[in-house]
Amino acid sequence: MRVGASLEVAAPPQAVWDIVSDPSRALHYMAGITRWEVVSEEPRGLGARYRTLLRVGAAEMGGLVEVVEYSEPRDLAWTSVTGIDQRGRWRLRERPGGRTNVEYRLSYGVAGAGIFGALAERIAAPVVRGHLERTVRQLKRQVEHEQQRRRAAERRRARVG
Amino acid sequence: MTEAGIAEQATRNGHAGDDESPRGLAARVVASMREQVQLRIPRADLDERDPDYIRENLPRLWLLASLWFRGEVRGLGNIPEEGAVLLVGNHSGGNLTPDTTVFQLAFSAYFGVERAFYQLAHNLVLSMPGLGFLRKFGTVAASPENAERALATGAALLVYPGGDYEVHRPSWERHTVDFGGRKGFIRLALEQDVPIVPVVSIGGQETALFLSRGEGLSRLLGLDRMFRLKVLPISIALPWGLNVGDMLGHVPLPSKIIVEALPPIHLREEFGPEPDVAEVYDHIMRTMQETLDALAAERRLPVIG
Repeated sequence: MRVGASLEVAAPPQAVWDIVSDPSRALHYMAGITRWEVVSEEPRGLGARYRTLLRVGAAEMGGLVEVVEYSEPRDLAWTSVTGIDQRGRWRLRERPGGRTNVEYRLSYGVAGAGIFGALAERIAAPVVRGHLERTVRQLKRQVEHEQQRRRAAERRRARVG
Repeated sequence: MTEAGIAEQATRNGHAGDDESPRGLAARVVASMREQVQLRIPRADLDERDPDYIRENLPRLWLLASLWFRGEVRGLGNIPEEGAVLLVGNHSGGNLTPDTTVFQLAFSAYFGVERAFYQLAHNLVLSMPGLGFLRKFGTVAASPENAERALATGAALLVYPGGDYEVHRPSWERHTVDFGGRKGFIRLALEQDVPIVPVVSIGGQETALFLSRGEGLSRLLGLDRMFRLKVLPISIALPWGLNVGDMLGHVPLPSKIIVEALPPIHLREEFGPEPDVAEVYDHIMRTMQETLDALAAERRLPVIG
């Protein structure tokens, strides 16, 4: 099952990338996520591993994920090593006027779980989609807030200078 | 038990030498039934736990736990991330125990099916036709040897010391933790030097109207000697109406189940190098009862939660 959420953010791709590629900030904007812990030596980049937990229904679904695509500042994708099968992706695309289209995708499931697996995936979808939508909204707020502060700081510096 | 052992016990219990008397006949029936049950109990084999099977069944458990029981599990972070640990729970829900279902899902989803996790169950549960799949989930027959072996492999082990005694308590005692004075789990934790994590659950005793354990009835019918069954529970449950014995199970009401794992208790750190078993027992019972009281205070209505 694949779900996704997207939004346009009033900031360049690099500003969004700085947040989504930083695992220490994951809990600040990712809804439903109760853990995003670095377990590899390198906290970011290709091959970085995180232990994650996502609350869905009666359980917190855990899993070890590994970053499998890292092309700054456009695509960040990860796949599960253990736990529920999942693939996640941040897809950032530049838009005119220094804006960015941010898309967050997550496909999940349990291979071999048959009809109950398909049923559970569908029933969980609205919950997962809700998490994704809240996540992109919270990300937008954070990125744009930081952009405003940065611009204000630049204006102050220009006045003083 | 060996055949000689069974025969010997039968001799002690029921005068097997005196074959002509009705008591002798009864004793032989008891001995033969016991032998049949013993034969049916699968040999404890920790290797029967099958992580792939558990993983493939997580969606099914998730559906049951999320939609039917609206399960909520708290405090899983209290369980040590690795190493052997003894999880001690209060047990509810008759022969179908929703707290186990909800906790099995929560544990396997949280730590991953790769982490070895075993549960001790009554011999009779494992010898029931149709319940063989439980062994793939890591359920093994309750015996000190199995418990020791599971912990020695570094696994997490879930035990319900109250067992059949607690699980069939009347519904009006649903907010009482009652291990019936069984303290074996504390000796086990001390011998294996593993921490104890109390796991408190609420809601299971509202899945049917449990009326009585039927201890007297069980004694009268000799079930305690035959099957180690000290109870013959009487309840009002779907779809049977009056349900005696609960041997065929029942359809549990969709009661909201909340399970809470408490901080680990490291016995020797907290109670000294030679802890007093009775003192530890009192401490654990008090801690679990306080948690259950808090969960009960949170609950507004039976079943609905």
